[in-house]
Amino acid sequence: MEKETEKVNNITVYIRRFDPEKDAAPRQQQYTLQVEKGMTVLDGLHMIKQTQDPTINFRFSCRMGVCGSCGMMINGVPALSCNTQILDVTTTALTLAPLPNFNIIRDLVADLVPMFGVLKGLQLYIRRSDVEEMEKPTHEFYQTPHQLEEFLQFTYCIKCGCCMAACPTMATDRQYPGPAPLTQAYRYNVDSRDDAGDARRDLVAASHGTFSCHYAGECSNVCPKGVDPARAIQLMKKDLVLNYFGLAKHKCAHLHKKPDKASYKPKIDVPAHTVGK
Amino acid sequence: MANKQFDNHLGIVGWLGGGRWGVERYLYILHRLTGLGLLLFFLMHIFASSVRMYGPESWGVAMAILKNPVFKLGEFCVFVIFAFHALNGIRLIFIELGLAVGRAEEPIYPYKSSLNNQRPLMVVAMVLVAILIIAGGYNTFFGSH
Amino acid sequence: MRETAYWTWFIIAGIVILVIAGLHMVVMHLPMFGVFNPESGAVTDWGNVAFRSQNQFLAFTYIILLGAVLFHGFYGLRTIVFELGPKKSFQDGFTVILWIVGLVLFGIGTYAAIAAKALETAL
Repeated sequence: MEKETEKVNNITVYIRRFDPEKDAAPRQQQYTLQVEKGMTVLDGLHMIKQTQDPTINFRFSCRMGVCGSCGMMINGVPALSCNTQILDVTTTALTLAPLPNFNIIRDLVADLVPMFGVLKGLQLYIRRSDVEEMEKPTHEFYQTPHQLEEFLQFTYCIKCGCCMAACPTMATDRQYPGPAPLTQAYRYNVDSRDDAGDARRDLVAASHGTFSCHYAGECSNVCPKGVDPARAIQLMKKDLVLNYFGLAKHKCAHLHKKPDKASYKPKIDVPAHTVGK
Repeated sequence: MANKQFDNHLGIVGWLGGGRWGVERYLYILHRLTGLGLLLFFLMHIFASSVRMYGPESWGVAMAILKNPVFKLGEFCVFVIFAFHALNGIRLIFIELGLAVGRAEEPIYPYKSSLNNQRPLMVVAMVLVAILIIAGGYNTFFGSH
Repeated sequence: MRETAYWTWFIIAGIVILVIAGLHMVVMHLPMFGVFNPESGAVTDWGNVAFRSQNQFLAFTYIILLGAVLFHGFYGLRTIVFELGPKKSFQDGFTVILWIVGLVLFGIGTYAAIAAKALETAL
């Protein structure tokens, strides 16, 4: 079978450059790129780095849309460079810039560490009042598929920062946690296995918290994994209001006792912390 | 070695968007602007309508000032922004109380989001705004008042 | 909890404004003569204004509307200003100023409504 002649487009690529040792502010640099169908923005950046300018910097890792490293502004919209095909965006001019609402480390690399700091501060792990069970687990927790579905969507977050770049509140308010941390806070609040809703609610209902979201909806528009942070935040507001009126009901998942005839396999001794030793 | 980073926060310009955003982003900024406009109007309105406590003569003087066509146009503008702010506000109340965003569902590509859930509500709200603006315009400029 | 309380009452105030200001729009722009505008002529003629000022129900609902709009408007203004990132001390001070200004304006408006109502019965 004859191979289809692939149409090759010559595209002008504008990349926002910033060298902290030399530049006071970012500047734009122009490149030309031959683009074939299927070429992603990340492919294009590799091509430019290999053949034209080895000094450009960009972050990437998995190159398949699961690690969240390669978020950047692609023609004015935050997206993953590995997930975005150039010809889907433009056939003439491609403009690349680092994610806004973060500091720029260099060229297209944004500093996501503040976002990780906020995520850590929200204590995003299952917390229960039965501490003994948490430390030395004996049984499983019951969770129905319906209970799982209430938060499953929000577990798909890869912490890429695209939603944070798209959010208008993030543009000015440095104290606002942002769509990603708020979505994760909701994900744990609504997880039936978790018991620490009140503590997390105090954190997210504070000034500059959940109520600084005004449903511009861009976070959900740009999310590359369909997490829909806007939905999570509005559902969290509903939860906070119901809690205010004392109408919230949250059952903590029960332990699932093993059937009488079943037996557990012997526990494996897991060594404590091997990293750093 | 700590290099100087560049602060890339968009600032207040980030509220306005960049021309590639969805409708809801612009409704958000319009809602803010109309809210501020209404607040400014209302602060003047408190004082203007309080004149009625001084009796018919003072009221007549105040009304004579407000008969100026500039104020009539201003009144129509206030009505327009009130109509938008009120109807978008109804839409936001439904959304922000979790009533128009749909339930969490496992994301399957092509992704749908809460924006799809609230879109019919948004369309109805904006159609009603258009109807109110037309009705208000007719009433102000062609009605007998 | 305080921010949740502020926001919840902000929403409730919004709904109250929707109903009462909606009614206000109807009264002022769709003149239903005989109901709220007994005298023919403009809605803003003294006779009609005096009638509405003297009306118990309207005087009461206008005072509620005044309170609701001041709370709703000032909370909105506070939200916008806070999102511009001022210091905590400014935030606390600004909140106090808004409460004071809001209560003063509420006082002025309520006094005007009651004075207008009393004025009518004196004539």
